[in-house]
Amino acid sequence: MSSAQIEIQLIAVVVALACAIPGTFLVLRQMAMISDAISHSILPGIVIGFLITQNISSPILIFFAALTGVLTVVVVESITKTKLVKEDTAIGLVFPAFFSIGVLIISSQLGNIHIDTDAVLVGELAYAPLDRLIIFDIDIGPVSLWVMLGILSLTLFLMIFFYKELKISTFDAELAASLGFTPIVIHYFLMSITSLTTVGAFNAVGAILVVALIIVPPASAYLLTNDLNKMLFYSSLIAIISAIGGYWIAHLANTSISGSIATLLGLIFLFVFLFAPDNGLISVISRQKRQKMEFTLLTFLIHLKNHSFSNNNPPEREISHLTEGHFRWNKSLAKKILDFAEKNNMISIENGIINLTERGEKFTGEALNFILNNETSKLEDMNERFLLFRG
Amino acid sequence: MEYAVNIDDLTVAYKFKPVLWDIDLDIPEGIMMAIVGPNGAGKSTLIKAILNIIKPIAGTILIFGEPYQKNRHLVAYVPQKGSVDWDFPTTALDVVLMGTYGRLGWIKRPGSKEKKAALEALEKVGMLEFRKRQISQLSGGQQQRIFLARALVQNAKLYFMDEPFQGVDATTEKAIINILKELRSSGKTVVVVHHDLQTVPEYFDWVTFLNVKKVATGPVKDIFNDDNLIKTYGIGYQISIKK
Repeated sequence: MSSAQIEIQLIAVVVALACAIPGTFLVLRQMAMISDAISHSILPGIVIGFLITQNISSPILIFFAALTGVLTVVVVESITKTKLVKEDTAIGLVFPAFFSIGVLIISSQLGNIHIDTDAVLVGELAYAPLDRLIIFDIDIGPVSLWVMLGILSLTLFLMIFFYKELKISTFDAELAASLGFTPIVIHYFLMSITSLTTVGAFNAVGAILVVALIIVPPASAYLLTNDLNKMLFYSSLIAIISAIGGYWIAHLANTSISGSIATLLGLIFLFVFLFAPDNGLISVISRQKRQKMEFTLLTFLIHLKNHSFSNNNPPEREISHLTEGHFRWNKSLAKKILDFAEKNNMISIENGIINLTERGEKFTGEALNFILNNETSKLEDMNERFLLFRG
Repeated sequence: MEYAVNIDDLTVAYKFKPVLWDIDLDIPEGIMMAIVGPNGAGKSTLIKAILNIIKPIAGTILIFGEPYQKNRHLVAYVPQKGSVDWDFPTTALDVVLMGTYGRLGWIKRPGSKEKKAALEALEKVGMLEFRKRQISQLSGGQQQRIFLARALVQNAKLYFMDEPFQGVDATTEKAIINILKELRSSGKTVVVVHHDLQTVPEYFDWVTFLNVKKVATGPVKDIFNDDNLIKTYGIGYQISIKK
């Protein structure tokens, strides 16, 4: 691996981490779209900054552009507050306006120099190592690596210090306010961090893909865990994997690095979305199917219990009652439920008459108790205890 | 009489619509008070104004004789259950720990002392065994108990609860009311936004009727009558309450 290759991967990893960490809080605050708005509306800030400084990595430019990002949030919120338009509409109104101002300035003032509209949209990670940071004649690496390391360190430092404040104001802003934590300050603190990160990352991955780096890792991590610390950890892990993996895909397929990173992120999300152990689509569907099956079984057993004390040959307990009597089940469902009940040793069948076994009586009795006491949430635990085979 | 809260000339408005209109209200220390009134009467808004969450148009509010900022640490608040996202990735214990954040102030993290207090509060509301449960996996009643535990851990002198019995089972309602009564017996002041008029005399010793303006406030035995119910809710309500 050449040193340029290593540097590109390092930059990709640092950018991805710097995006994924504030992204976790944005996703939890249901503010994912704000990052989209910020990523576009920092463009005029970057362009004006560039006109002033003539240097894409200058701290003044970064500060200017980050300010434009925060300004976007302020404008979106002010428009929303008038109640004349809804928030999503306000976001859609503001960022194209800002973005188009940037595009106009680029095309009229900057012609063919360094910034062009392509780079704005998808970045140019491959060229990042060309711009070197040289201090006292010593080359200490690409400028963008140091810029992003600076932003990442600042983010980490602030997130660690204000972790508790971020958490409480994200979960319960009213409680946070009553305890004196001024959620509005924390809100703008998060917005500033997001803007700063976006500006830094913009140069490397462009306005559109930076959104993927902010949203996709936390969105995947959210499906993998119920713990905020772990969510931050998984989010970071996914960011790192996609940064390095994306680089190598681009290298082997000879294509855009940022595009490959975003594609890999998308694939990782799809995988998690389908296969996450508890919250993945497949797990959710199979759980719903199982619960439906088990609930149908319970309905059937309760019916048997209700009629267990009637006469010797009660029609309500005949097998044919399931399909021809009140239940009106189709044959395959009836068979499935009967098999399921027998397999679990809940019923015995003699001469076409179904009886609850002792075990079936006990199971149904407990279940009825939970239902009557409005504690249906305990049914799942009970199924876990009783059923030898789940639905 | 010592007062937990003194409110003078409080007016809160959204745009031109007054939500609370010129409220004077003194809440004596050591009582358990229900705030009742129809939907849109401003019950939650009153609590939020006291807690400095909503800025009033006019009026002064004193908590134990001082502005809220000064005596914030003496106040605990249980918001409506629906006001937070229960899918937030955190555990029951962690939510209760949030009750200690106010005392800790900025930056400082909860330590073993705070954790011990949180576990005690969980035990008090009968939720100790659920401490590691993710909060979305709790029932409505259990979530409300967690909120109560979070307020208990604040170790305040004045408790505000916004509809704590909404959507909870009977057992939880009894458990919560017992804890609140215990708080009152130890000299704390408890203020509850309450919807069920039937249980007011059983649960509370003090009541405030509110419908944008304050209709009446005082001991339940003196003022919980048809006259005030009609003034607050309109004709027709008096029949539903049998004393």
